[in-house]
Amino acid sequence: MLQEKIREKAKELLEKKAVDLVIGFGEWTLPLRTTPLFIRTPEGTKNLIWNSFCENNLAVYIHKFSQFKVGIVVKGCDARSITALSLEKRFKPGQLFLIGVPCQRMVDRRKVNRAVKGEILQAREEGDLIYVKGEEFEVSLKRDDFLYSSCQVCTHRNPIHADILVGDPVEESPLKEPYEEAKAFEKMSPEERWRFFEKETSRCIRCYACREVCPMCYCTECFVDSSNPKWIEKGLSPSDLEFYHIVRAYHQTGRCSGCGACERACPMGIRLTYLTQKLNRDVKELYHFETGIDTEAPPPLSTYEIEDKQDFIK
Amino acid sequence: MKLKLDKKDFKPFLQSLMDEYDLFAPVQLAEGVSVFRKIGHPEEVDLSSANTQKPAKELFFPQSEVMFRYEKVGNQNQLLSMEEEKRERILFGARPCDIEAISIIEKVFVGEEYTDVYFLEKRMKTIIMGLGCNHPLSTCFCSSAGGDPFLRAGSDLFFIDLGEAYFVELLTEKGMAFHKNKFFKEADPEDLTLVKELEEKAFEKVGYAVPVEGIEKRLDLMGESSFWDRVHEKCVGCRICTYLCPTCHCFDIVDEGEHPCGQRVRNWDSCLSPLYSLETSGHNPRPTCRERTRQRLMHKFNYFPKNFNQVACVGCGRCILYCPVHFDIRKAILWTSPKRPKRYEER
Repeated sequence: MLQEKIREKAKELLEKKAVDLVIGFGEWTLPLRTTPLFIRTPEGTKNLIWNSFCENNLAVYIHKFSQFKVGIVVKGCDARSITALSLEKRFKPGQLFLIGVPCQRMVDRRKVNRAVKGEILQAREEGDLIYVKGEEFEVSLKRDDFLYSSCQVCTHRNPIHADILVGDPVEESPLKEPYEEAKAFEKMSPEERWRFFEKETSRCIRCYACREVCPMCYCTECFVDSSNPKWIEKGLSPSDLEFYHIVRAYHQTGRCSGCGACERACPMGIRLTYLTQKLNRDVKELYHFETGIDTEAPPPLSTYEIEDKQDFIK
Repeated sequence: MKLKLDKKDFKPFLQSLMDEYDLFAPVQLAEGVSVFRKIGHPEEVDLSSANTQKPAKELFFPQSEVMFRYEKVGNQNQLLSMEEEKRERILFGARPCDIEAISIIEKVFVGEEYTDVYFLEKRMKTIIMGLGCNHPLSTCFCSSAGGDPFLRAGSDLFFIDLGEAYFVELLTEKGMAFHKNKFFKEADPEDLTLVKELEEKAFEKVGYAVPVEGIEKRLDLMGESSFWDRVHEKCVGCRICTYLCPTCHCFDIVDEGEHPCGQRVRNWDSCLSPLYSLETSGHNPRPTCRERTRQRLMHKFNYFPKNFNQVACVGCGRCILYCPVHFDIRKAILWTSPKRPKRYEER
């Protein structure tokens, strides 16, 4: 069982003092959810769990624990974020130990909540089914009908460049056409695209959760927080909300692993991954580059070569 | 005064309110996402969720509010006139926790030392029509925090969903003014029995499991506890828990615009942001998430009670439901109590 193997590996790392702490997933108070756990003792590893509710990208924590040697439980997307971060020299060689878990794709708790009437009080997973129970209902749901959209299109479920892979690799076949959301967005007319984007961003409350949960958003001072120069106002005017979301997405070009953490974090249910997916698709088509695959090649927009095409400059 | 309102009359009733007042009530912005907004048509009102995402505080303390506009003419700064909202307002469908939270914020904004005219003006011209919580969520802990799912305090009128009708209580002078509303009927004795049943059921569900009582004293001794070294670890420093909190009330004032015109704007701010406490010198007295998380919890459960004899938490559960990394404030409260597990990792 994956969970057992994760615990064993974490325990071994801590016993050997190969790492100061292991970051993994644990159970907490709500059904359909897990929480990031920070384990420092071999005994503590018994609290580590693995299921289809391990939705967070734990790579985000490497910035917070930059002074420590860290063992970290990663899915395919999380591992790619870490490779992207290594290209940006965000940690020292040997500082991280990646416990890679071939990912079964994660369950979208909001989709599950919408499928039942009333509050879900208990949830458990068994094979391909999720059993959910409330005060007046108990139903089983087909797991694959409730996956995150970013997981449905995923083509890298097996963590690449992990230090160890617990469990056998899974087959890399997406359930939906890769870049499905981006393609749907591309099919819209420019007016439709704008209306869609405008409607989604209008709900933004500028909590910046999309930024904070993203492993790639680690600037000491984000452009939205800078007061000199001031790039953006701090209120809720549509132009400021739209500007924030465009620039946030743009800064991910060639750096986004498509993990979907931004969209999962949004309390206002704003669709976000279609934007980053579109950028990922463009980078793939224009530069044949995918985030977090190659450990040497930097993101295309971070490099410059004298032979670069210049015909777009008029 | 105890009355009732048949559900078939509900929309005409809302329309009758809208004829005279600006009506604010929960509306759905997207599937599963609701907020309080000014109602244009009774159909928009959506009472299906226990609580909206954004609390009702934004009707009194908007997330972004223009305080005044100005223009420089010659050497003189001139204030420009602002459009005034003249109509009285009704807040309909707020839950007791949100209403309790408004009175908590009021303690800060309308005090002996200073009065915030922006808050006060909105508060004065708003009639509050509260709605009882027949089905509190598992994350609700209002009773532990000093409220309850049917707390009337703060409401001018109070509504309870009886299925086919709403039970309506007129509680204040402002509320009594509605006794002649043509849609209200005299309540039957059976309605009162049903109300009691609903209340008991909800009270039992919410319970008193979260040890909020006495927390101020306990935290007095915990300023440098190792608890703070651990509890913040999962926090990524977003602002969800503070922005969606019905009692959080910090703000930041900025000037927007270009010479010669501008406006002074007040925006919500959050103690979980590093920028919040960053000083001009570059020094930050709350340099890490540890200090910032401590500030959030200490303000709610220690500093605020010291100033106002009440915790700044109403147990609405929003910070638990919407935290992207599943921080649970109930667990943090529990940790301060003698019931806590021995070791942090054993929680």
